[in-house]
Amino acid sequence: AMEGGRSARIREGDCAVLKRDEVFKAVSVLRRRKIIFEKQWFYLDNAIGHIYGTTFEVTSGGNLQPKQEVEETTTETKEAGTDNRNIVDDGKSQKLTHDDIKALKDKGIKGQEIVQQLIENSTTFRDKTEFAQDKYIKKKKKKYEAVITIVKPSTRILSTMYYAREPGKINHLRYDTLAQMLTLGNIHAGNKMIVMETCAGLVLGAVMERMGGYGSIIQMYPGGGPVRAATSCFGFPKPFFDNLHEFPLSKVQSLLSGTFTTETLPADPEENALVEEESNGLTEEKQTSLLETEEEPTTEAAMEINPAEEQDTMDINAEDVEFKENKGKESKENVREKQIKQWERRKKLLEAAALLREKNADGLIVASKFHPTPLLLSLLEFVAPSRPFVVYCQYKEPLLECYTKLRERGGVINLKLSESWLRNYQVLPDRSHPKLTMSGGGGYLLSGITVVLDKGKSDSSNSEALKMEEPSSKRCRLQDLPC
Amino acid sequence: MSFVEYGDTIKDGDTAIVFLGHESMFPVKVQHGTVTQTKYGVIRHSTDLIGKKYGSKVTCSKGGWVFILHPTPELWTMNLPHRTQILYSTDISIITMMLELKPGSIVCESGTGSGSLSHALIRTVAPTGHLYTVEFHQQRAEKAREEFREHGVEHLVTVTNQDVCKNGFGVSNIADAVFLDIPSPWEAIGHAKSALKAEGGRICSFSPCIEQVQRTCLAMEEYGFTEINTLEILLRLYNVRTISLQIPDLGKAAEDNSSTGFDSSNPSHQGSPCANLQQGTVQFKSGVPLREVVGHTGYLTFATKS
Repeated sequence: AMEGGRSARIREGDCAVLKRDEVFKAVSVLRRRKIIFEKQWFYLDNAIGHIYGTTFEVTSGGNLQPKQEVEETTTETKEAGTDNRNIVDDGKSQKLTHDDIKALKDKGIKGQEIVQQLIENSTTFRDKTEFAQDKYIKKKKKKYEAVITIVKPSTRILSTMYYAREPGKINHLRYDTLAQMLTLGNIHAGNKMIVMETCAGLVLGAVMERMGGYGSIIQMYPGGGPVRAATSCFGFPKPFFDNLHEFPLSKVQSLLSGTFTTETLPADPEENALVEEESNGLTEEKQTSLLETEEEPTTEAAMEINPAEEQDTMDINAEDVEFKENKGKESKENVREKQIKQWERRKKLLEAAALLREKNADGLIVASKFHPTPLLLSLLEFVAPSRPFVVYCQYKEPLLECYTKLRERGGVINLKLSESWLRNYQVLPDRSHPKLTMSGGGGYLLSGITVVLDKGKSDSSNSEALKMEEPSSKRCRLQDLPC
Repeated sequence: MSFVEYGDTIKDGDTAIVFLGHESMFPVKVQHGTVTQTKYGVIRHSTDLIGKKYGSKVTCSKGGWVFILHPTPELWTMNLPHRTQILYSTDISIITMMLELKPGSIVCESGTGSGSLSHALIRTVAPTGHLYTVEFHQQRAEKAREEFREHGVEHLVTVTNQDVCKNGFGVSNIADAVFLDIPSPWEAIGHAKSALKAEGGRICSFSPCIEQVQRTCLAMEEYGFTEINTLEILLRLYNVRTISLQIPDLGKAAEDNSSTGFDSSNPSHQGSPCANLQQGTVQFKSGVPLREVVGHTGYLTFATKS
């Protein structure tokens, strides 16, 4: 089952994204749970049942109320100046004091009215140019007319949010770079994808969204288990996770060399990882209980209520909950339950290994904090010929090395090293121009297509591949000038 | 094979991509008995292609060889016959993500043009979504229909030959997203709004000129669209090259036979990351930008109907 539509309504338990202008925050929709967002406190209760995309106002009681469509009354010709040559910025032009404004707010005066008051009490307002008046009104509205839109999470929303708020968690992967990856990788329904990422599960979620629940994904992970904090934000229906597998990087070498076995797996880290996976969207019950043990984030810097941001934190929380529940109940039942879980875990691992061993994946996506070269060289072995692969790296230099090593390996063509340049614009009559701030960099991509690997004649195919890939003028000798 | 589903082996009737090397490839319609000429010689479809695995190396009659690739919308964009200026994958990528397209989405597009974006949209909304594409040029509309048939995706797309500014997309209240790449998009905003679902949807307009963008943004505002945002995206490609730079001869200090600090003939010289294969040079790997790059394609304006 997949949702192509936007007719979804806000339900309790959903992961929703609060939006105010360009600021986003992901939250869990729970009754009587105080939310803090953009200097405002409120409950989400009244939002439940409304369609996603609805805009709300915060009432004095901390409740949400759908915003009424208001007629813009300011269409009469305003008095305005021609330029700012006589306007002195001495900070004294506003006659209302902080206390005056606070008093208005406390009286429950609506934001719109406060803005009107500010305009009337500004000595310089009528001397400003029309454009400056526009800008002034927009600024005051932004501050005093607090409206919040509740939007449905999507790759667009979440990738923008993460890049703005917690870029470190996603290796500074800018949203347009992610967009390039999804298209270059030909991610679509029915693929068998291999994904290796350390971006809090954002890249995995994006891949899952584009696959719509069709096909299968094998997520490779470092350490004890995959982090899927961002993935659970997408709100995918349960069946999406039926064909999502995971496989530890630490077992890749053994799998490639044919010595893979489940016998040498440490039990504890996997148990915790299993619990973490369950709570990341599979078992709603568990997720709710874990969310309750986590206190409301006190600062707006916190990304989301879902506590599973870091693998370590998650392990500790899972353990706490589990141990609390099992305190003093070391019954045979519990031991048997643990054994069943471990057995299930082994079974899943064998399934994932079998899928990888087929070496017929339709694509590979890598976006991690690790050096990309060893990942590419090993994981490409599991990909079928004539399939795209895309590697993201925050830095360019490791991809230069990756490119070189891939050339030596052979079996890849159409290698491209790229960076995406993005610029936002302000478009207003007579006032259109690029925006004042811009992202300096959004990471780099190395992409290519696999071909049948000619293992037997590596030397000849090497020079042939070089001949094929680089124009002949580039095959210069060292005595020549830099090529 | 199809543009929306991977296949393993080349079959009669497939569209395959012949890859000859750096930036050199072309599409080919696989057919029994047919022969394709390349600069490396002849490819005989019956013996060299049909039944072979995609990604295989095929040796041509003159001895040189090529790779046969499975088609993808991205490869198609780089190789399709142009009937109009087309959109490239860089713009297509951000359009796809910002319109929140995925399997099951219903999309409206105008103009169809050469079908570059169309193929990418069809791939993304498959297998349960649909593309309604409108093209006012009769021959182009017909050619598009033909290509979609050949590529096995005709069940996912409806091509309508009409003027979107006058008659809209031919559907109403069903689209999750609308895309406009026409000379006067502001004239189609109203139609776009009625094509979109009542509960809401996303819209995108692509225009090369800022004046078009200004008019379109005004129209979007008038029709009640929110979250209006204009951006542009460009791709910066880098060539990976090994560069050798010569070390200048700064002479020797008086009465001193030792060389200057930067002694490249000493293999254990600290901080020297590169092998000095020749006296007097330093080697390093660099990602060199191309000399000429695309500086502008068009402005992309996105908005939300809610």
